[in-house]
Amino acid sequence: MATILTAVGFMAALGLILASMLVVANKRLYVYEDPRIDQVEDLLPKANCGACGTAGCRPFAEMLVNGEVEPGKCTANSKSMNQIIADFLGVDVGGGEQRVARLACAGGGNVAYVRATYSGIPSCRAAALVSGGGRGCSWGCLGFGDCEQVCDFGAIYMNPQGIPVVIEDKCTACGDCVTVCPKDLFSLHLASHRLWVACKNLEFGDQAEHHCEVACTACGRCAQDSPEGLIRIEDNLAIIDYAKNDIASKVAIERCPTGAILWLQQDGTVVKGRDARKVVRKGALPVA
Amino acid sequence: MRFFRRSKTFDHGIYPIEHKELTADKPIRRMPFAPELVIPLSQHKGKPAEPLVRVGQEVVRGEPIARADGFVSVPMHAPATGVVRAIGLAPSAEGPKVQAIYLKVYHAASQQVLYDMERDPERMAPDEIIAAVQESGLVGLGGGAFPSHVKMKPPAGRVIETLLVNGCECEPYLTCDHRIMLEHTDALIRGIRMALRATGAKRAIIGVEDNKLDAVAHLRARIPRHLPITAEAVRTKYPQGAEKMLIKSLLGLEVPAGGLTSDVGVAVFNVGTLAQIGDLLPKSRGLIERVVTVSGPAVANPGNFMVPIGTPLRFLLEQVGLRGEPGEVILGGPMMGMAVSSLDVPVTKAVSGVVALEPENPDLARRKVHPCIKCGECLNACPISLNPSMLGELALAREYGIMAEQFHLDQCFECGCCAYVCPSNIPLTQYFRIAKSLNRDKG
Repeated sequence: MATILTAVGFMAALGLILASMLVVANKRLYVYEDPRIDQVEDLLPKANCGACGTAGCRPFAEMLVNGEVEPGKCTANSKSMNQIIADFLGVDVGGGEQRVARLACAGGGNVAYVRATYSGIPSCRAAALVSGGGRGCSWGCLGFGDCEQVCDFGAIYMNPQGIPVVIEDKCTACGDCVTVCPKDLFSLHLASHRLWVACKNLEFGDQAEHHCEVACTACGRCAQDSPEGLIRIEDNLAIIDYAKNDIASKVAIERCPTGAILWLQQDGTVVKGRDARKVVRKGALPVA
Repeated sequence: MRFFRRSKTFDHGIYPIEHKELTADKPIRRMPFAPELVIPLSQHKGKPAEPLVRVGQEVVRGEPIARADGFVSVPMHAPATGVVRAIGLAPSAEGPKVQAIYLKVYHAASQQVLYDMERDPERMAPDEIIAAVQESGLVGLGGGAFPSHVKMKPPAGRVIETLLVNGCECEPYLTCDHRIMLEHTDALIRGIRMALRATGAKRAIIGVEDNKLDAVAHLRARIPRHLPITAEAVRTKYPQGAEKMLIKSLLGLEVPAGGLTSDVGVAVFNVGTLAQIGDLLPKSRGLIERVVTVSGPAVANPGNFMVPIGTPLRFLLEQVGLRGEPGEVILGGPMMGMAVSSLDVPVTKAVSGVVALEPENPDLARRKVHPCIKCGECLNACPISLNPSMLGELALAREYGIMAEQFHLDQCFECGCCAYVCPSNIPLTQYFRIAKSLNRDKG
């Protein structure tokens, strides 16, 4: 009996000592963490996409609570959720306008010629390293869909002609597609930038058209038609000055012979000018 | 006794089928001028050259047409007498279009090199030789295309003690270096003497794979006794001709990871480069042509040719004749060479061979890729002792950062041994190229 009592007493005493140590440690080593951080983190999308510039949603939540950034900086979150965060923290939502990824190429398999067949790992990055990937236009989209795979939000899908299409509502401007594209065709733009040059070919005239039916031939009509300084031709390519986006209009696209300069509509459809060549071909061009 | 005295070599590596018998005994012949030559302004590592000519200007063979832009850059010389038709974009083997000079050749011209001046290299100071090498537009003709004069000037604090002359030619099909050693022996020895003086090295060793013992014997017979130049046979094994492998084989030294060959007191030059130095410097000429092996199963008349720089591949292949439509045309050797996507790509200073392969058997082309079975063949093949199996698994998981940080991806020089031996047909080298390219872009 005495043995049992000793054992129980010893264990109780040990428990008391350790418990008091824990109590002391809890009091003395306590780190105060703003409980709002957890709550704000719960309101964030938890995609850890990095579009805001931090490593993930947790550090962003900390910065939000500390008032270092505005909730609108999170582009993956919906507008209403950001408003909820802003109301919760009592700050302005900020962040400005939505940005989206835009592809500077329209050369799908039905309009851009393939000069050599690539057989290897089906990845744009791999193909681009093998003599550029075999497309006649060495600037153009290769169509293996690295961007589709890398997009965490399902905002990019490949159309039947092998050209990635960005769903603007889903795009969070995280920039993953910008990094992954070996031809540097993606760039992030304000959603209000509706006038768009979907080409990066630096060749002139027939040389550019020789490889792709929708290439910018640097004819300069868009530059002539649009108000002063909005569009300029540089290195055989039309460049839009988005600082003057206010004066951009559909006038610029009307006389484009190839339809390389486009007007992107809110609903995702693309408007080409009246003089643009109509391409009705759906299937791929032969290899030649 | 021969059995016990095996040729020197390095660890690991592979033994691909050589196919050198197609062209090994074909003397170097001159290739006619194409109607139009395309001379890219960037045929070397470093800054592109700046054009010195205008459209419509007539140039004489050997005349400088572009000047070096900085120290790590080399000038270009007109490969033929003709007129500059245009300066614009031209296809390149790497893919992106590059600036190039289009030269329309005058076929009635005598094509004499008039731009030269005799001089005695024996009286030139080392710095003068280095400057002259740059003026000649010389780059590593083995395929690296690194400006030769930069290699002759080691970084401050480094001394070059040994000059290695690379006559290995470990790539299958290629025989141009073999023919240069046999036919341009005196120019080669002259070039080695100049390189010795320019670098201050005390001795030179010519490393030749032991499938070219005739070249070793020929060199030994021709090297004057008083010169500190020796010719040594190394084992026929791929990639024996890689700088670091050759240093390991001949000197037993290992170049530190991420280091230069000058860290171990060595400079490595290709035999083709040194033969051109020996040829061009005494006449103060520029590099306007090079020896190219044109071979492969799809070529009707394979051979070794002296080809003017800028000759389009289409013309070159027309001259040798093709057996039907080639399936793949590779610049350089089949192991490390580059498949081209357009036959309008010109022969540049870096092109040591053009290999035309027949269209692949469709069954072979779709050889199924199986999962890694951890057999370790690739570890035994990797000449720099990386772990290609692990790297391959990481590449599949897209862990490109870990590949570089923990598994020394940056040391891989893409020799292709791992992919060659892989029984699961995993395109390891291609995965590594993707990883390196993405890491470069992410910076």
